[in-house]
Amino acid sequence: MLFSISWRNIWRNKVRSLVIIFSITLGIFAGVISSAFFKGMAIQRIQKVIKTELSYIQIHNPGFEQTSDFTNFIINAEGITQSIRKIPNVTGASRRMSIQSMAASAETASGVLISGVFPEEEKQVTNISTKIIDGKYFEGIKRNPVVIGKKLAEKLNVKVRSKIVITIQDLDNNITSGAFRVAGIYSTDNNMFDEANIYVRFSDIQKLTGFPINGAHEIAINISDNKELPIILDKVKDLTNNNLDVKSWKELSPEMNYLTEAMDMYMYIFIVIILLALLFGIINTMLMVVMERTKEIGMLMAIGMNKTKVFGMIVLESVLLSLTGGVIGVVIGAISAKYGETHPIDLSMWAQGYQQLGYDAFVYTVLDPEMLVNITILVIITGVIAAIYPAYKALRNDPADALRIE
Amino acid sequence: MNVIEIKSLTKIYNGGEVKVKAVNGIDINFKQGEFTAVVGPSGSGKTTFLNMLGGLDRPTSGEVIIGGVNVWGLSSRQLIDFRMNNIGFVFQSYNLIPVLTAGENVEFIMQLQGKPKKERDLRTKELLEAVGIGDRIKSRPSKLSGGQQQRVAVARALASKPEFILADEPTANLDSSSTTSLLELMSQMNKKFNTTFIFATHDQRVMDKARRIVTIEDGKILSDEYFDRE
Repeated sequence: MLFSISWRNIWRNKVRSLVIIFSITLGIFAGVISSAFFKGMAIQRIQKVIKTELSYIQIHNPGFEQTSDFTNFIINAEGITQSIRKIPNVTGASRRMSIQSMAASAETASGVLISGVFPEEEKQVTNISTKIIDGKYFEGIKRNPVVIGKKLAEKLNVKVRSKIVITIQDLDNNITSGAFRVAGIYSTDNNMFDEANIYVRFSDIQKLTGFPINGAHEIAINISDNKELPIILDKVKDLTNNNLDVKSWKELSPEMNYLTEAMDMYMYIFIVIILLALLFGIINTMLMVVMERTKEIGMLMAIGMNKTKVFGMIVLESVLLSLTGGVIGVVIGAISAKYGETHPIDLSMWAQGYQQLGYDAFVYTVLDPEMLVNITILVIITGVIAAIYPAYKALRNDPADALRIE
Repeated sequence: MNVIEIKSLTKIYNGGEVKVKAVNGIDINFKQGEFTAVVGPSGSGKTTFLNMLGGLDRPTSGEVIIGGVNVWGLSSRQLIDFRMNNIGFVFQSYNLIPVLTAGENVEFIMQLQGKPKKERDLRTKELLEAVGIGDRIKSRPSKLSGGQQQRVAVARALASKPEFILADEPTANLDSSSTTSLLELMSQMNKKFNTTFIFATHDQRVMDKARRIVTIEDGKILSDEYFDRE
């Protein structure tokens, strides 16, 4: 009956209760939808980094990551790559040569990271081939084709079929140059990446540098599902007898791994701030409730309702009030976030700014059920905290004094 | 047998520099099944006396012994339980819980006592029928007249099967016919359940019904008379 009394008490002053319920609904809705938005943004960013830049797993010779030493390469890369492809749930493995160099057009030059790739292998690992906005992915140019990013093309002022000269050190530390023609221009929505990364055929750069045909600086691996990552990672490590550096995207780019956690943490802070603001509204409402019902509470204590039950009744009323608004907010927020999973939020108006940071201009929200549960728990805690002072005031009432109130 | 024994009951209010003796050393006993009116002019101390008797207002000195228990020697938690199980209250302004129906108001105290649902339902029905509003069991107090609300209050007071019922000016807000029927009802309840009724009142109609009248003035008992009523 305590529940029944508390619930019915909420509706004694409908307007006042509806105002506070509406504020809670609005606050929680804002929290849920923002959380789904930022989570979606973070996941899209991670997916993009994996699909475009990192791949799920990379293998290097020990020390290469730290020094990028051209002479430090995996010797039997071809054999290892073939074995990796046989591991279940591995969808692709690509050998790469990776060289820091200078790319120059007739007008200007820019520092770049050259990836010497086998185009068909690379297609199975990264999605650069699908990001071509002009020309074709290593097609249309017979000799020394190069695929460059849109931002670099703008910087060097080149277009498809334009010539660029790449200057690099060979295996004997001699400076050597090669002329390449732009076969395709890609755009990944990450301007920094597009400006710094160019792709050439492994064979072309191998001839230029005298790099062994079976060698590679890097083997990039694609898998079917991120959930399989730990198992595949272990198998690859076994395959290389732990003689090579085998790292997942989480180790290669720890900041990406922390991105979702950081986003979640920011969202909890944001939601707690919202709830703190609402807390004062609920305290105010509950104080009014207690003061209006001083006589009634006195009567309840007189006829035998002990302090624990009076306290419980007021806390329950506050929790039900908060929870009503909270649940409506969570439900509307969840429905909106679910809709946003298939209908992206269009931020193309600010696309340039987002792309500078490597984020998409169209954000698909991601609904996190765990966060919904946590928000609901936080709302309940808010309700309880909001009731403590009003309930304390109520308990200080002396039944005899309270009953004298006219 | 005495149900209530009161010894040297005193209540002094400290109003700044002035100390007011609202109740001044009252000694009195009440027996099982009495139908008593405590009467006196406004400010005579009858409500304070009733509040101390009911365990609501702590006396400055003196003792209230109910069924052998020194009420004011109990802890505040024990006192609440004691009130719930031994004393029924009927207030001037009914003081029903507005969000509960008549039936739920009566049932509420039994629920506080932890009585099983079946027993509660049965007794609620029985009591509301006994006070003549069995058909209004599902009505909220706002849908009931003053007289009907006070009948619910009487049913509620009886619900916990108390040793006695304290009624503070129960007829003050009622019209003449409601007062007459309520008094008749309480008299019936007194006889039917042998429950002790103690009223604080200055309503002549209550006095006319009471079998014992205790007159208080300036916090002291002026007279204590018994009447033989039908």
